[in-house]
Amino acid sequence: MTAVDWGWFPEHIGDMTALTLDHLSIAVPAVFFGLVIALPLAVVAHRVRRLRGLILGASNVLFTIPSLAFFILLLPVTGLTRSTAVTGLTIYTLVVLIRNSVEGLDSVPAHAREASVAMGSRPLRTLLTVELPLALPVIMAGVRVATVMSISLVSVASYIGYGGLGQLFTDGFQRSYTTPVIAGVLLTLLLALLADGLLVGVQYLCTPWARSRTRTARTKTSRTRRTRTSTAGATTAPSTTATTQGKGV
Amino acid sequence: MLQLLADLARWLTGPAQWQGSGGIAVRLLEHLEYSLLATLAGAVLALPLGLFIGHTRRFAFLAINLAGFGRALPTVGLVTLVFLAGGLSMWPVYVALIALAVPVIVTNTYAGMTAVDPDVTDAARGVGMTGPQVLFKVELPLALPLVMTGLRLAMIQVVSTATIAAYVSFGGLGRYIFDGLAQRDLVQVLGGAVLVAVVAVLLDLAMAGLQRSLFRNRPADAR
Repeated sequence: MTAVDWGWFPEHIGDMTALTLDHLSIAVPAVFFGLVIALPLAVVAHRVRRLRGLILGASNVLFTIPSLAFFILLLPVTGLTRSTAVTGLTIYTLVVLIRNSVEGLDSVPAHAREASVAMGSRPLRTLLTVELPLALPVIMAGVRVATVMSISLVSVASYIGYGGLGQLFTDGFQRSYTTPVIAGVLLTLLLALLADGLLVGVQYLCTPWARSRTRTARTKTSRTRRTRTSTAGATTAPSTTATTQGKGV
Repeated sequence: MLQLLADLARWLTGPAQWQGSGGIAVRLLEHLEYSLLATLAGAVLALPLGLFIGHTRRFAFLAINLAGFGRALPTVGLVTLVFLAGGLSMWPVYVALIALAVPVIVTNTYAGMTAVDPDVTDAARGVGMTGPQVLFKVELPLALPLVMTGLRLAMIQVVSTATIAAYVSFGGLGRYIFDGLAQRDLVQVLGGAVLVAVVAVLLDLAMAGLQRSLFRNRPADAR
């Protein structure tokens, strides 16, 4: 094993910046589209009990498909383009985003919803002004997990030529050169950490009412979710685990 | 498109494809061998750690942060790195696969242990059970469904990732994907992808079914 070649880093700042931007141009749209698809599905799953199992189950099965296989199976449809990577990642974000959005909507206290209805709000207005804001902390927890996961998964797409920082892995592998691989791993971890921190900041700004009790609220979310697991039945059961789960390749 | 599907079907069902040293049957067995060994080794390392953290509540930050770290760590980079560091043998692949399995098992075991009602463990201590007795007779049985979930998730993750063994010149179902990519043979690539996907989904369903039948009498967290 060759040790890390520190001289490589300053020489390749331009490359690393370009690859990081490329990386983000795959991961960010994936989470965005994932959210666009997941929110309506979550509302449906929340309102129509009968469809809940179907929606959660389907997203779960899709998540189980290994990502490399998924990218390849998309090839005949999307071709060798960036959209292959984005589409695959979008579908993986669904499982976390849908589940957390449903749980977030479930966690809205009935009295808040009823008060909104009693004041004459139509369902859509209740959803947008009462339910979604109150569900935001749980939804944001899902967005954070989905973002970190997407950032880490982009590198798998390097095998089909669109891997962002993952290009450093294939490059390093082909030349048996460790330094770019280490740089790629570190930059991916850093990017995930920064994105996660950024989302925490966004959530802080978006939920001014929760600020005085952010700390308790956050620890409470996990606890209430866990207790609900034992009361609300099987559909919410995998929740405690699936959010702690990563994705291989 | 239709032609492609027909070719794919022929590739997947052709008898020649299934036999021989590079046949699907052999590749499938290789794939399962890598996955099972890595998951087992991961469990041997991770279960005691998860149980220890869950029982003593010490180093809980480790169990919590390990999950985030495992999620953020790019698997492809890890495999490549370990491979470049460890040279041309199978054990770097195992190291990478085990490193993938450990966080999932630790965090889920820990989650299962913390979900145990404190009243129950208090009662167990109250009737005079020792620490190990509380752990093995009360906490572990109650946490078992989530422990199993952790093992299942780890297994699926490892099965998915074992595909990469082929990238660094070993066998398994990934062989078809990487050979096909190198030879610009889309049918072979797709065939490999279908096989990997089917194996992962079937294995997940089978293990979910097993869990359900094992914990049928558990009300909620049985899955």
